[in-house]
Amino acid sequence: MGEVAPENEARRLAAQARDRIRFEEEALELADQVYRVARRLVRSREEAEDLVQETYARAFRSWQSYTPGTNLRAWLLRILTNLNIDRGRRQQRAPELTPLEEGDYFLANKMAEAAGEQALDQERVVERLSQNAVVDALSALPHDFRDVVVLVDIGEFSYADAAQILDIPIGTVMSRLHRGRRLLKQSLAEEAVA
Amino acid sequence: MSHGPCDKCEELLQGYLDRELSATEVVEAEAHLDGCDYCRRRYKFESNLRMYVRTSAVERMPPGLMEKLGQLRGDAA
Repeated sequence: MGEVAPENEARRLAAQARDRIRFEEEALELADQVYRVARRLVRSREEAEDLVQETYARAFRSWQSYTPGTNLRAWLLRILTNLNIDRGRRQQRAPELTPLEEGDYFLANKMAEAAGEQALDQERVVERLSQNAVVDALSALPHDFRDVVVLVDIGEFSYADAAQILDIPIGTVMSRLHRGRRLLKQSLAEEAVA
Repeated sequence: MSHGPCDKCEELLQGYLDRELSATEVVEAEAHLDGCDYCRRRYKFESNLRMYVRTSAVERMPPGLMEKLGQLRGDAA
């Protein structure tokens, strides 16, 4: 202990403070992107705000466990999804595993049936589906599916990143994504051809 | 439901749009798309739908949140 020269110690602390500030700035630059994902994982804006604040509080406390040069956005989202799961979300109803094996073309086929093949070429998606319908359909997904769909489709994470964030195998990411998107299309189809 | 020859293509659809297929599968999917109007329309539709979902679901950070996050910084306490 007594061997550490005070000036070395001071230099070390100054370097650490610089690293911390840089970390905090980089993390804050990602806040809007983190919020976007958070907002679709929970039901209300207030919940999303709380979740993002808790995430940053934890991130700033444990910044030293982040490895510089790795994907900081994924690191933050990992904290966020863990917090979200810890918030007692487990008490929610279990995903309903009713057999639903409508294919990936389900929505397209429904719309083609209703308005003809060429309806698919035009921007009919936008005409027939309201933005609210999309948001509602996303929030109606069982949470395990929603996490994956939101990370990949809204957060634009790769399958591998989503697997790491949620701490599940990549095969599970793929199957939940697949099923989640089909569920999403099923509820959108109800609106699109109603 | 089933369209026989296009089942394989339907199976490749998601991975193709996610850019997560292997090089061989990409060749396979594209070769099929070149010759199949039915699937091409559906791929295009699906890709528009994804974009639409993404833009519909985006909500910007509420004003004031950034400031609150800044206050959580180590030296701000």
